[in-house]
Amino acid sequence: MRLADAEVVDTFAEAFPMWAARIVITAENSGWAGTAARSLTGFATSVIGCKCEAGIERVLDRSETPDGRPGVNALLFAPDRDGLAKRLVERVGQTVLTCPTTACFSGLEGEETVDVGGQLRFFGDGYQASKVLDGRRYWRVPVMEGEFLVQERFAVAEGVAGGNIIMLGRDSASALRAAEAAAAAMRSVRDVIMPFPGGIARSGSKVGSRYSGLMASTNDELCPTLRAQVPDTKVPAGVNSVFEIVIDGLTVEAVSEAMAVGLEAATRSGASHVTAGNYGGDLGPYHIALKDLVGEAQED
Amino acid sequence: MLTLTLREQPTVPLETEGLSPDRLATCQRSEVEALTVWDGNRRAQVGDFFALSGETGEELRVEGDLRRVKFLGAGMTAGRLTIAGDAGMHTGAGMRGGELVVEGAVGDFAGVGMRGGRLVVEGSAGHHLGGARQGERAGMRGGEIFVHGDAGDQVGAGLRRGLIAVAGRMGDVAGLRMLAGTIVALGGLGARPGAGMRRGSIVAMSPVTLLPTFALANTYRPPFLRLYLRHLRALGLPVTDEQIEGSYARWSGDGVDLRRGEILVLESERALA
Repeated sequence: MRLADAEVVDTFAEAFPMWAARIVITAENSGWAGTAARSLTGFATSVIGCKCEAGIERVLDRSETPDGRPGVNALLFAPDRDGLAKRLVERVGQTVLTCPTTACFSGLEGEETVDVGGQLRFFGDGYQASKVLDGRRYWRVPVMEGEFLVQERFAVAEGVAGGNIIMLGRDSASALRAAEAAAAAMRSVRDVIMPFPGGIARSGSKVGSRYSGLMASTNDELCPTLRAQVPDTKVPAGVNSVFEIVIDGLTVEAVSEAMAVGLEAATRSGASHVTAGNYGGDLGPYHIALKDLVGEAQED
Repeated sequence: MLTLTLREQPTVPLETEGLSPDRLATCQRSEVEALTVWDGNRRAQVGDFFALSGETGEELRVEGDLRRVKFLGAGMTAGRLTIAGDAGMHTGAGMRGGELVVEGAVGDFAGVGMRGGRLVVEGSAGHHLGGARQGERAGMRGGEIFVHGDAGDQVGAGLRRGLIAVAGRMGDVAGLRMLAGTIVALGGLGARPGAGMRRGSIVAMSPVTLLPTFALANTYRPPFLRLYLRHLRALGLPVTDEQIEGSYARWSGDGVDLRRGEILVLESERALA
């Protein structure tokens, strides 16, 4: 399939369920809100090594936050509900509670919740106090700066992880330019994050390894340097660099939308080919076919 | 919506416990007319005092000169009750849910022992607003009370949980022996607020004379207060930007008890600086 300047491979991205939470961080100014959000979502590129995947979803205007201050939405994903609860407590406790002027709220609504502020309150060593407003309990934890306000329970929901597109280019610069354009376009989509640095991974992986105990290893089929060594290489002649964007979202529709806008941007910004990663269809229940996304882009 | 219109003001207080939208929602009109009310110490029926119009449902409206009608909306758990005009004592006492809107003033003991729901008084309230029932230690245990006018003495006495906000002036000893919860005085506080309080918050938007058993902790911008004040403003109470953005002196007390409570006093000059 052709779309703009690129060949789009007729394949699909294979996504799977993960538990998700949305964290709303507010602060005295957008600078501190952003600092806290970057700390919260740091070292959270892949569950393989970080136990969770996280990223900044979008910057919030004052009118969109619970306390009327500048804010940031972050999404955090983990394989199971209990794991998500642990990661939330660890990360909010270490990166938001500690950050000047911040407060932290749940950004999702729903019956399914996990305890976050109710655990972090113990930092108050008995001097913490709670407030209940509109059916929600908040904890006021005294800190040296003043007070840290955190919502007791955070709603969690089953999200979708592992959406992806892979951009191939004639050289590293053009492939990266395509990936950057795709990541930038995807940032306009609500309910999704791209957990890798700048949204882009240069080291896509396959499941397993020749070394025992290693869950994942380099995606040799898409390594240009191995094109002459790997018998079933998927690197076409003339391609010298490949980047991947992984997308986690609250719904498969949001992930698909992000893939579609990213695909469209990549094909206009230097990619020679665009493909997607899957596991043969056996791992995840969500199969997002690139041909469907191309169809949408062509209709637009 | 069912409307009950009081035919004439009773000569002695009329107790109407149970006249609430949730109780009446599934009743036929004849059943509503047969419900018991107490005319002083005499058992009577709703139909003896009120004319009924409309259909029963989740909304109930009560009209007439209701200043001697007590316990309107007491114990209601859901629905919406509108009182067109002033209401008597114990209005909304023991509410557990729903919304009760009084388009005039309410007498003493409004919202005592409340556990949930929302009581809105567009006029003023008497004494013991959101306080404890006679003989009980704990007062209001949940829900919200908003008064657009003034309120009398002992607002939120024994308050355990919930929010009381008064746009006008509060009388003396607001938050007497309160256990937790939040009282917001947008228009001034009388003498001795928070006397004997264990926990909880009283917020004052104008200078107040505190008991000597309260100690100044610091001046800061309490993050939780922004949520509360924005909530109040969204519900139509007169909250200013200065109050939302301002700094508050935190006084801890009462020293005769736990000293885990707080009175937050807006520092206007600092807020404007």
